[in-house]
Amino acid sequence: MKEELIIAGFGGQGVLSTGKILAYSGIMQDYEVCWLPSYGPEMRGGTANVTVIISDKPISSPVIQKFDTAIILNQQSMDKFESQVKPGGVLIYDTNGITRHPERKDIKIYTIDATAEAARRGNARIFNTLILGGYLKVKPIVDLENVFMGLKKSLPERAWKSLPDNEAAIRAGMEIIKEK
Amino acid sequence: MKEVKLMKGNEVLAEAAIRCGADAYFGYPITPQSEVMETLMEKKPWETTGMVVLQAESELASINMVYGGACCGKKVLTSSSSPGISLMCEGLTYLAGSELPCVIINVSRGGPGLGTIQPSQGDYFQATKGGGHGDYRLIVLAPNSVQEMHDFVFDAFDLAFKYRNPVMVLSDGVIGQMMEKVVLAEQRPRWTEQEIIEKCGDWALTGKTPDRKHNIITSLELDPYAFEKFNQKLVEKYNKVRENEVRYEEFMCDDADYVIVAFGSSARIGMKTMEMAREEGIKVGLLRPITLFPFPEKPIAALAERVKGFLSVELNTGQMVEDIKLAVNGKTPVEFFGRAGGAVFSPEEVYDALKEKLIK
Repeated sequence: MKEELIIAGFGGQGVLSTGKILAYSGIMQDYEVCWLPSYGPEMRGGTANVTVIISDKPISSPVIQKFDTAIILNQQSMDKFESQVKPGGVLIYDTNGITRHPERKDIKIYTIDATAEAARRGNARIFNTLILGGYLKVKPIVDLENVFMGLKKSLPERAWKSLPDNEAAIRAGMEIIKEK
Repeated sequence: MKEVKLMKGNEVLAEAAIRCGADAYFGYPITPQSEVMETLMEKKPWETTGMVVLQAESELASINMVYGGACCGKKVLTSSSSPGISLMCEGLTYLAGSELPCVIINVSRGGPGLGTIQPSQGDYFQATKGGGHGDYRLIVLAPNSVQEMHDFVFDAFDLAFKYRNPVMVLSDGVIGQMMEKVVLAEQRPRWTEQEIIEKCGDWALTGKTPDRKHNIITSLELDPYAFEKFNQKLVEKYNKVRENEVRYEEFMCDDADYVIVAFGSSARIGMKTMEMAREEGIKVGLLRPITLFPFPEKPIAALAERVKGFLSVELNTGQMVEDIKLAVNGKTPVEFFGRAGGAVFSPEEVYDALKEKLIK
């Protein structure tokens, strides 16, 4: 098993923390993991992205150009990373704010209206765990119980009160993701 | 069983500094290594082990505080990134000239000048050939994983005290910023005053007692012939380091036709290139220098007898390639591929370069 993933969007959308939850989930399942963020000036207001690799073997390069899965959360990231999904790979995106939709025919494309769902539930902070749930529906690489453990591990203790809402959001994300 | 944690390379440097029993850290913030001091400030080791953590007013102040601590036989370290290390270079040569053990960490970024904040290996020459003036060497360790960021802080202090020499851990923005699994060592106690006297009493400023002469720490000598002798003593020390401390790793070199030589994050990227080539039936191996000084000349020279060529892969415009060429001594082609200024190559780009320059 090896999953090479990129999550890309605006700073503040929880891009880096979604990757961190996933990486911790991988550790809970005894996988090797690597999490590499973009840390440049683009973090200030522009795009933020993180590469996560989860594998049952030692991971060589943390720097990769082609991805099994791309989770795209804004238009700039769509323009940049649609072409970097491997043929046969997966692209997941939230349609909110997307003006040019992905066009590739050789990959599987899914949409998840996480912005709308988070607003409907009156909690913008669960946006990224909804996305994570959707991703895990498409790519169930880690057992849900390990994801919940990874979620807890990646949060400081003072934030543990938000665990039930986030667990519910992961389950909800699994329901609302749609194949395009 | 030890707990496996998910941590950034920079955070792990801070943890390792505390756990190896360091007495003090002096630093000044700079991207991409600011998490080192941030983590130390968060951990407050002065409340547990008694370790001092101090944000100095500049890199110059930090390195001279390191000098002061090291004079007393204390385990002291600093960390910075490329432009900050340049500011410390005067201190580095004074530390080497006074034979003071200490650890300097460089999480390097694109240069020259203020450059960029993205990863680079453009400081290879600075780390291995000087930076400061005069005939001196740093022992240089190049980690390529978050676990090694942890382990090499321990190793660096061991080497520093074994040879009474500054040791540099040369990392880069990739290794500093990425998170991987890491197992942290148990807390080691700081040396007591008595232990420092036992280990370093013959040179360190531990307070003169009636039964010994003054220890004097200086790099100044007015008599050139006496100082030539001192230079010769340093040469002997560096030769001992060359003999005993070379560290490197070889991957699939036994049957390799072509060998990639790369250190730090480049070695991780090159490893994937090697895997890609092997999948296509091309016999590529990889040699990773772990110590950049002392450089693994002998294993490279041995491979040069039988491989069709080397590709030096570096995040700069060609620095380590010169040391490879010296080791190979014309026996087989040595090519270079790199990107610089903070741009990072992908495994695919390295593979294309390998095909274009060597396999043909």
